[in-house]
Amino acid sequence: MAAGRTYEPLATNTLVSAQSSVTFSSISGSYTDLIAIINSGSTASGQDIRCRFNSDSGSNYSFTYVTGNGSAASSGRATSQTFMPLDYNGYLSGSIATTTIINCMNYSNSTTYKTILGRFNTAAFGTDAAVGLWRSTSAITSIEFLTSASTFLAGSTFTLYGIAAA
Amino acid sequence: MANTYTLIEAKTLSTPAASVTFTSIPATYTDLLLWTSIRASSGGGISAGLRFNGSTTNYSERLLYGGGSGTAASANATTTSIQWANLGNDTNTSNTFSNCQLYIPNYAGSTFKSVSTESVTENNATNADIYLDAGLWSDTAAITSLTLTASTPDFATNSTFYLYGIKNS
Repeated sequence: MAAGRTYEPLATNTLVSAQSSVTFSSISGSYTDLIAIINSGSTASGQDIRCRFNSDSGSNYSFTYVTGNGSAASSGRATSQTFMPLDYNGYLSGSIATTTIINCMNYSNSTTYKTILGRFNTAAFGTDAAVGLWRSTSAITSIEFLTSASTFLAGSTFTLYGIAAA
Repeated sequence: MANTYTLIEAKTLSTPAASVTFTSIPATYTDLLLWTSIRASSGGGISAGLRFNGSTTNYSERLLYGGGSGTAASANATTTSIQWANLGNDTNTSNTFSNCQLYIPNYAGSTFKSVSTESVTENNATNADIYLDAGLWSDTAAITSLTLTASTPDFATNSTFYLYGIKNS
C-alpha cells in the first residue's frame, strides 16, 4: 500500500501588510498532530507572540519554560492565562528575525486537554523551550496568533502543517 | 501529489572531516531542516559552527546550555559562524553520537535568516549535553550553500548529515 503524505501543509499566510493577528480556521481533524512554523517580527520591538485556540479567551492556558538570554539561564511558568504565551526571551524584534516552532499533539481528540511543545528564538534577545497547556477537551479547529501589542511585520510568515500517524 | 518533506541530500562520512558542505541548494522549498548525528574524531568535543554561502560575517546568537549537572547557562556571541553546539566528545562511550536538528525558515527569501537548533548528547556517564540556540545571519541573500564546521577536532567517521526541504504548498 502506498504511503500517504504525513507532513501536509494545511495553510500558509505571508503578511502583505502589518497585521495584529493571524488566524487559521476550519482546521481539519484528520491529522494526528499539528506543527506551526512562524518567521516573524513586530512593528514595535520587544513584543510577545501568543496564541489562542478556538477563540477561547478564558483563563485556561498555562506555560512552563526554560530560557537563556545570552547571559543567564532560568526557568519559570505562567498559569491561568487568557492566551498561550509563545515566548519568554525569544520575543519579537523589529525585523523578521524570530523563528517559532510549535508542536501540538493530539489536537483533534475530544477527551484530553491539549498540550504544545515549542521553541521560540530571537538571536537578539534569547532562546526558549517550553510546554503549554490548554485546559479544554475540545478538538482544536482554529488557532489565532497575536502579539502582546503592536502588529506583526509585513513579510512575516505563518504556516500550519498536519502530521498523520498513518 | 507534491512532496512537502523532501530529502535534498544525505552525507555519511567515510573519513573524519573538518567541515561538511551542502552546495547548490535549490530555492524550491520554503524551509530547510538539517538532521545530524555527530561525534568528534579525537581530542574532546566539537565546537560546531554553521555558515551560509561561504560567508564569515554577520552572525549572532543566543545559546542555552545544560550539561547534566549544576545550573544551566546561557551565552551570546557575534562571530564568524553560528556556534550552535559543543558536543560529540570523543571520550564518550564508544559508538555514542550526538543528535542535532537545525531549522531554517524562509532560507530562499530576502529577509535576514534565523535558525533554531537543538542538540543533545546522552552518554550514560559524564558529557551529557543539551544545547538550544537562536541564531541569525543578518544577510538578505538566499541561502544556496550551507557549511557545518568542526573547529578541531574533526567530525568522526560515520557522522551523518541529512538536509531536507520543507514546502508549504
